[in-house]
Amino acid sequence: MYAQMIKTARSGVKTREEMTEQEREFQDKIDNDIKIEPRDWMPDDYRATLIRQIGQHAHSEVVGQLPEGNWITRAPTLERKAILLAKVQDEAGHGLYLYSAAETLGESRDELIRLLHEGRMKYSSIFNYPTLNWADIGAVGWLVDGAAIVNQVALQRTSYGPYSRAMIRICKEESFHARQGYHAIMKMAFGTPEQKRQAQDAVNRLWFPAIMMFGPNDSASTHSEQSMAWKIKVKSNDELRQQFVDQTVPQIEYLGLDLPDPGIKWNEERGHYDFSDPDWSEFFDVIKGNGPCNVDRMTARRKAWDDGQWVRDGLLEHARKKAARKVAAE
Amino acid sequence: MSNEWPLWEVFIRGQHGLSHRHVGSLHAPDAEMAIKNARDVYTRRNEGVSIWVVEARHIAATAPGEKGPLFEPSESKVYRHPTFFDIPEEVGHM
Repeated sequence: MYAQMIKTARSGVKTREEMTEQEREFQDKIDNDIKIEPRDWMPDDYRATLIRQIGQHAHSEVVGQLPEGNWITRAPTLERKAILLAKVQDEAGHGLYLYSAAETLGESRDELIRLLHEGRMKYSSIFNYPTLNWADIGAVGWLVDGAAIVNQVALQRTSYGPYSRAMIRICKEESFHARQGYHAIMKMAFGTPEQKRQAQDAVNRLWFPAIMMFGPNDSASTHSEQSMAWKIKVKSNDELRQQFVDQTVPQIEYLGLDLPDPGIKWNEERGHYDFSDPDWSEFFDVIKGNGPCNVDRMTARRKAWDDGQWVRDGLLEHARKKAARKVAAE
Repeated sequence: MSNEWPLWEVFIRGQHGLSHRHVGSLHAPDAEMAIKNARDVYTRRNEGVSIWVVEARHIAATAPGEKGPLFEPSESKVYRHPTFFDIPEEVGHM
């Protein structure tokens, strides 16, 4: 999940009696799975919550390029390098689709980026962990993008049209990300003992951060109720997390790796895997800015933005001059 | 003057002679760059053979409030659909 802890702009869900006529009509559309489109009337809090969620999601796609971009020049083969490059390029595209969706709500991309760079908006906690070796790149594609897919498949049914359409597009491309990651880690798990050890190490380190991506337990998730009623969120954090664990455990077993959590056990009665809770204090600490790479990530982001300023300005100035010349010639 | 690049809407024609279809939007300083960016963002997997871009501010659209008067009249005109007419089986495919 690329958006975490999105604070709904309102506390408590209004009953039908408390709603205005307009709000009732709006809620009816949502209950009947009619998509809300940019120029339709919507409650201010719906708009504000969406901007926050889509914005954070977009930031995650863009910041998510950093831990992987780190390995492009050191990929083990030319083919893996081309694949990784394509994946990282996809992430930039995903960021763009999402910023575009947020822009239909009246918030400009530059403004969202400014809020991120000022530390007033967040991105997913997962990207504050380092990628220490090549196996981590495989594990990121497989586990992190795998977790994102679980969330994003659900979000294809989200109530806001442009967000839903962005999710549909992203899901199509994301499946390549997960598969290339699993393929890369398969090579290592079935490789030399040293490669296998690295694969195991990557899974051990990234497992808990990956399941933290879905956000806090439902019992501790205070912002969900209104977002669920508005179908900004479609499934609960715990539902999505369980789905991810259920699909991923057999994949770990296939690799012949040890499970990264001794608490993982098939529960016949529930028909699901049991698993241990991650250390939530670590999660909240990372969200607060104290993860291993928070400072690095934001420094890299700001530098990229500042270093690109002259290019953006130059191209715009050139376009303006050209347009002026064209007018003069006519 | 704002230094944000203007917003462009992107339309792509797929492989099989279908019309251009709206696929998304992007920011670019001018049309030439918009096409280059559209190519990079929206045709990475053989999605198209032709790109149109138009600056978003040039698109005129119907207002959501007009939906009823504009689109409801066609709902009652079921005879505009071929399936409205029962043709006896003996006549064969029509």
